[in-house]
Amino acid sequence: MSADALDRQIAIPKESLLETARRLASEGFDNLHCITAVDKNESIELIYILYSINKHACVTLKTQLALDDLAIESLANIWKSADWLEREVYDLFGVKFLNHPNLKRILNPDDWDVHPLRKDFSRPDLIKKPKY
Amino acid sequence: MTWSSVETIKENIHTEEFWVNMGPQHPSTHGVLYLEVKLSGETVVDLITHIGYLHRGIEKIAENRTYTQFIPFTDRLDYIAAMGNNLGYVLAVEKLMKMEVSDRAKYIRVIIAELQRVASHLVGITTFAQDLGAFATPLFYGFREREKIVELFDDICGNRLTYNYMRIGGLQFDLPKGADEKIKNIIKYMRPKIDDLESLFSSNAIFTARTKGVGALSKEKAVNYSVTGPNLRASGVKWDLRRDEPYLCYDKFDFDIPTGVNGDSWDRYKVRIEEMRQSLRIVEQAIGGLPEGDPTIKVGRIIKPEAGESYMRTEAPRGELGFYIVSDGSAYPYRMKIRSPSFSNLAVLSELAKGIKVADVVCVLGSLDIVMGDIDR
Repeated sequence: MSADALDRQIAIPKESLLETARRLASEGFDNLHCITAVDKNESIELIYILYSINKHACVTLKTQLALDDLAIESLANIWKSADWLEREVYDLFGVKFLNHPNLKRILNPDDWDVHPLRKDFSRPDLIKKPKY
Repeated sequence: MTWSSVETIKENIHTEEFWVNMGPQHPSTHGVLYLEVKLSGETVVDLITHIGYLHRGIEKIAENRTYTQFIPFTDRLDYIAAMGNNLGYVLAVEKLMKMEVSDRAKYIRVIIAELQRVASHLVGITTFAQDLGAFATPLFYGFREREKIVELFDDICGNRLTYNYMRIGGLQFDLPKGADEKIKNIIKYMRPKIDDLESLFSSNAIFTARTKGVGALSKEKAVNYSVTGPNLRASGVKWDLRRDEPYLCYDKFDFDIPTGVNGDSWDRYKVRIEEMRQSLRIVEQAIGGLPEGDPTIKVGRIIKPEAGESYMRTEAPRGELGFYIVSDGSAYPYRMKIRSPSFSNLAVLSELAKGIKVADVVCVLGSLDIVMGDIDR
């Protein structure tokens, strides 16, 4: 099987994200491939998947955000791909990215005030899951 | 009018930059895409991309469907290349379950995925030419060739656009009788047709003038924006997951990775043409060495992977398609993130558009070959 980004995971506190990202970028991780989040009910976990094209290396950064403080530094100044990926996470999870060049909703309407991928999001027309 | 009043008018005339809306309904936007373009005369000063018009919340839907139930939803992401999405998804679930599929299933998956790449690039290139004003003719050629592949898929799985063919642990059906002959015929038929298409475009003065040097994307920028697939290779980065992170049985096949030099619209078109030829090479080798066995599935419809996570990225026709799946041990995914190739490929448009003419925005957009269903999810 191929190299797996999740094999090499680094858990970091959210304060050191920018510093770690800068260090990784200088080590040759030139491709911020994916940013996503998981709602873990008591916190929101952010996942950054990074690749290095020259070195054939990959690494995953994970950081936990408390629900009452959903804000973290943006990486858009290091990797341009972070711009849209962070907007998506903001749109779907409500995580605020500080110093982001243009933090607006990207998929959902601007005048919405909910974040649909949070586990507490529900609508009356959401079909209940059958038990298996 | 006296001379002095003309002078006054001249003094009062001034030019200014203004915003023009392109879309959401616009023939060249390949779906529902809305571009706000700031123009100075005909030159683009700024471009803002608005997406989300096709957002169906597929990632949320995934949390409310069983793993098998979700397969048809992947067809609706990149609907031009639905087999590629099917494949990316089932591979991610198989990785989560640490499941191996039979050799025959692997070979058939490779054949199907590569034929899908040819079909997808045919649509990509010919709609690109249509955007440049080659009205209908190349599109008809492209769709005529694509029809052969679509008919084959129809034979194999009964669908022409949204296939729902790959299964977790294998395939829905084995190849029907006579399919390998048909595939060999398609290869034989397709090769000269690709040459025809290439000479049709490459010898066309208008096509050449409109694409060469337009929307050049440098290596560094392409990587920094996480542009993938043919668009990345057109910028001169020799990177292809089929070779660099081989999945299925791609390491057994011999193929080249075409790259461009300048990263302009011309290179993006050229890379796609060459990729079709390489795909046919892979299909030829795979159909020659197709092992015997049973490619159909062994697992039940309700599967409960152990709690954990997996990330699997594959080389879909438009770039790297990644599925990040978190399981909590139940029959439903806890979270599913779809890293779609077109999403990051489109993000680079506002960078490429600055300083070029407004008509060339259409050219660059066409050469990036995006599918909105893939972007908005």
